[in-house]
Amino acid sequence: MFTLFSILVARIWQTSLIALRALRRNKMRSLLTALGIIIGVASVVAMVAVGNGAQARITSQVSALGENLLTVFAGSKRSGGVSSGLGSASTITLADAEAIAREVTDVAAVSPEVSSTAQAIANGRNWSTTIAGESSAYLKIRDWKLAAGSMFTEREVRSAAKVAVIGSKPANELFGPLNPVGQSVRVKNIPFVIIGLLESKGAGMGGQNQDDKIIIPYTTAMKRITGDKFLRSVNVQIASTERMEVAQQQITSLLRQRHRLTAGHDDDFNIFNQKEIADTVNSISKIITLLLGSIASISLVVGGIGIMNIMLVSVTERTREIGIRIAVGAQPGDIRLQFLIEAVTLSLLGGLIGVLCGVGASQLVGMVADFKAVVSTGSIILAFGVSSVIGIFFGFYPAHKAAALNPIDALRYE
Amino acid sequence: MSNAPRTPVIQLRELAKTYQTGEVEVKAVCGVTLEIQRGEFVAVMGASGSGKSTLMNTLGCLDQRTSGDYLLDGVAVAGLNRKELAKLRNKKLGFVFQNFNLLARTSALENIELPLFYSQPLVTLRDRRERAVQALEKVGLGKRGDHFPSQLSGGQQQRVAIARALVSRPEVLLADEPTGNLDTRTSIEIMGLFQELNESGITVVMVTHELDIAAYCKRIVVMRDGQVTSDTRPDDRRSAREEIARLNQVEAKASLA
Ligand SMILES: Nc1ncnc2c1ncn2[C@@H]1O[C@H](COP(=O)(O)OP(=O)(O)O)[C@@H](O)[C@H]1O
Ligand SMILES: [Mg+2]
Repeated sequence: MFTLFSILVARIWQTSLIALRALRRNKMRSLLTALGIIIGVASVVAMVAVGNGAQARITSQVSALGENLLTVFAGSKRSGGVSSGLGSASTITLADAEAIAREVTDVAAVSPEVSSTAQAIANGRNWSTTIAGESSAYLKIRDWKLAAGSMFTEREVRSAAKVAVIGSKPANELFGPLNPVGQSVRVKNIPFVIIGLLESKGAGMGGQNQDDKIIIPYTTAMKRITGDKFLRSVNVQIASTERMEVAQQQITSLLRQRHRLTAGHDDDFNIFNQKEIADTVNSISKIITLLLGSIASISLVVGGIGIMNIMLVSVTERTREIGIRIAVGAQPGDIRLQFLIEAVTLSLLGGLIGVLCGVGASQLVGMVADFKAVVSTGSIILAFGVSSVIGIFFGFYPAHKAAALNPIDALRYE
Repeated sequence: MSNAPRTPVIQLRELAKTYQTGEVEVKAVCGVTLEIQRGEFVAVMGASGSGKSTLMNTLGCLDQRTSGDYLLDGVAVAGLNRKELAKLRNKKLGFVFQNFNLLARTSALENIELPLFYSQPLVTLRDRRERAVQALEKVGLGKRGDHFPSQLSGGQQQRVAIARALVSRPEVLLADEPTGNLDTRTSIEIMGLFQELNESGITVVMVTHELDIAAYCKRIVVMRDGQVTSDTRPDDRRSAREEIARLNQVEAKASLA
């Protein structure tokens, strides 16, 4: 059994040498033939890498919203059929936020939020930015770190202290390279002491710059900036991912009850479930990756047909060679193996160059786009597997044709 | 070597080969009965179209007969499949063609190695090279191993082809008009090579339509219209070695004059 196996291996090896020599003789043609596979494999690898990269980027953006986060937005205000966007209506109060903290199970933290746009003045410059009123738990909920200084405390929230944590954008606009911590900034003529500087987070899901804001205690914001008792939203962090759906249901029924909404009325608020968004985004980007990959794999099939075409030409061209080989004792299996190995070598060669090109292309895309393309070993293995299968599949017919030649006819072929 | 030495290496009984081209049937060989013993040197003669090549291709297991029996070394060839025929060609037969049929852009040595590539049991790379070199030396081309066919003369190419036919140590060497494309002197040299090989024990069957060439063989079979019309053993057989010596003398004289 072992000797039989080693004979088989030796035979395949010897036949591979013949096949390789034939390919080397026609270098240019071999390369052009492999081009179809090269393009196919390169585009599969690159497309999947770009798709994966985009997906990873979106996923990280979604999780940057904070972990296990439910955001309760006030409904949108309507005036004459024109919607002013979520959070614009006056429906959610501080009492609602407190009720959520008190009555919904598995709540880890609750952060009421108000926001408005205002002019911030400091250091002799001014900058129009978002003034967000938040609780002391806000940074923890959003999984947001400070570059310098500290967040305001629960105590400062309760006392409506005039303290602020500044985003990197206004910090840069107002103070340039200076450290803003310890400086003062005026909003609506009220001086705030800057006690912290936020780490830069970049563009958010909607593309807006998350760094362009100044965070102050929501109590201070309600009292001195917005001047009303309604909230834009409430961020609710749930203890575990599994409990998010139940918590969402509980919040819904709690708020409906508190707002005295009967069965016929729609909710006057909206709840954004971060996990749901993440799931949706994930499945969408998976579909896109799959779509890109399958479009690219069409070119693999086209490449395979190219190989079949050239192999058929090659069999016809080398009819006499085949005749000579058969005449000196090559068995049909030897001839079949020789042409099959030629086809597989062509497609594997194409696969190898294709993977290199694909990785290169992904790197290029990564440089141009604002995310890194992720080349997966899975897609490389798949590309190799598929190209060798293509070689065998599309090489089989020409190889069979060569092996079936009648030696006399083949030797007489001109 | 399991067969008794008396068994003919080739036995034909009422062998026939008919080509079917459209409506027309061509009886290329019809009813040839022939026995060839080990160590014979046979010339098959006959006019063009008399069925010599068809007979040789059948003997060489390159083509299958339509009816009749062909026993090669006691084995009936008719019942064998393509794979078994390939093994037979590889092991027992060496074929030399009129147009040499060497692989282009492949060195002489690699051409000679070709049959060993397909031998069973497998021949190692080193043995293959060694045997090819030996065969090349036997045909007197020791220094031309790495030449391509296009860099060799017709006679040299035919020598390479003969070396290729010899390398797998066959029982029978079959040659279809091996001197057909060669000048007189080179033809005689090739016949000399065949005579040498025959003396070392190889059975040689060759086709020629030239009486001058057939005169170097031990036995002459003449064909007409697909049938054997005469089968003789001339006693005034020529020696190629002597003939070449004579030619050399003539040439030396001519260059002196
Ligand atoms: N492949 C073929 N198809 C049809 N007829 C053929 C074929 N090969 C040979 N013949 C015919 O068979 C006859 C014998 O041919 P061949 O054996 O080549 O003769 P020779 O070698 O003696 O010149 C000729 O009439 C030829 O036309
Ligand atoms: Mg002929």
